[in-house]
Amino acid sequence: MPHDKYALFVWPAYALTAIAFAWMVVDTLVRVRAWRRRVDQLEAATKPAPEPGARP
Amino acid sequence: MFTALANPHRFMAFSRWAAPLCALAAIALIAPGLWLGLTAPPDYQQGTTVRIMFIHVPAAITAEWAYACLGGASFFALVFRHALADAAARAAAPLGAAFTLLALVTGSLWGRPMWGTWWVWDARLTSVLVLFLLFLGYMALRSAIDDETKAGRAAAILALVGLVNLPIIKFSVDWWNSLHQGESIFTPGGPKIAPVFLIPLALMILGYLAAFGALWIERTRGEVWRRRAQSLAVQAAGR
Repeated sequence: MPHDKYALFVWPAYALTAIAFAWMVVDTLVRVRAWRRRVDQLEAATKPAPEPGARP
Repeated sequence: MFTALANPHRFMAFSRWAAPLCALAAIALIAPGLWLGLTAPPDYQQGTTVRIMFIHVPAAITAEWAYACLGGASFFALVFRHALADAAARAAAPLGAAFTLLALVTGSLWGRPMWGTWWVWDARLTSVLVLFLLFLGYMALRSAIDDETKAGRAAAILALVGLVNLPIIKFSVDWWNSLHQGESIFTPGGPKIAPVFLIPLALMILGYLAAFGALWIERTRGEVWRRRAQSLAVQAAGR
């Protein structure tokens, strides 16, 4: 593991990479789940109401 | 395969298992790559800064691959009017921008101790900066036009024109005098890097590509859901 004079350059590079990966994963999952939830809500809302007397 | 996956239902069924599979492959490749990279001996010339190579080179290769994917998807969207290809192109852009930014920043952090400067207007560095600007331009163009079909077409043309930058990046170190080192992996006589560095580098490159694959597939799924939500919202408003 680098603990010499170059550690000042090596560790920030790894830290920034970790942050970028975390952003990519979180942003992707949040967006996908939000749209999925929205589709579920709209599908439930646009589903035609059952006719009176129809069996459930 | 492309024709089969052009059907959104088939794509959603395929991507349900393909995205987690790519994510698992990414973890399985990056974990040992990181371990071998961080425990590799210091280079005789570059010291421990050589460890930046294990995150810089994979980010740069993945950024170029992301642009190739963006260009390929844009071609299918523009020529064959595949809605899924358009969704895939849109999904690739922010990931490509993130990998390009990573390549630029980690390269800068490597350049400062080795070259004595954070940045030079060198052919390789400048062409990668142009790649970053192309990703940003693609996203900006898409969001600047209200009509999504027109926006997709205009952005696809930009993406296709920008493909010319990929060979420029690749051969910039051969065509011009460059501060950046020349090709050292895919050379005619085989890699010029010692196996102790080459093995973790190869694992990291494959891991980054698998991670991009997982994220790209997942974001394309999100884009399909977004379009479905928009279409349902229009249906609901018309009632």
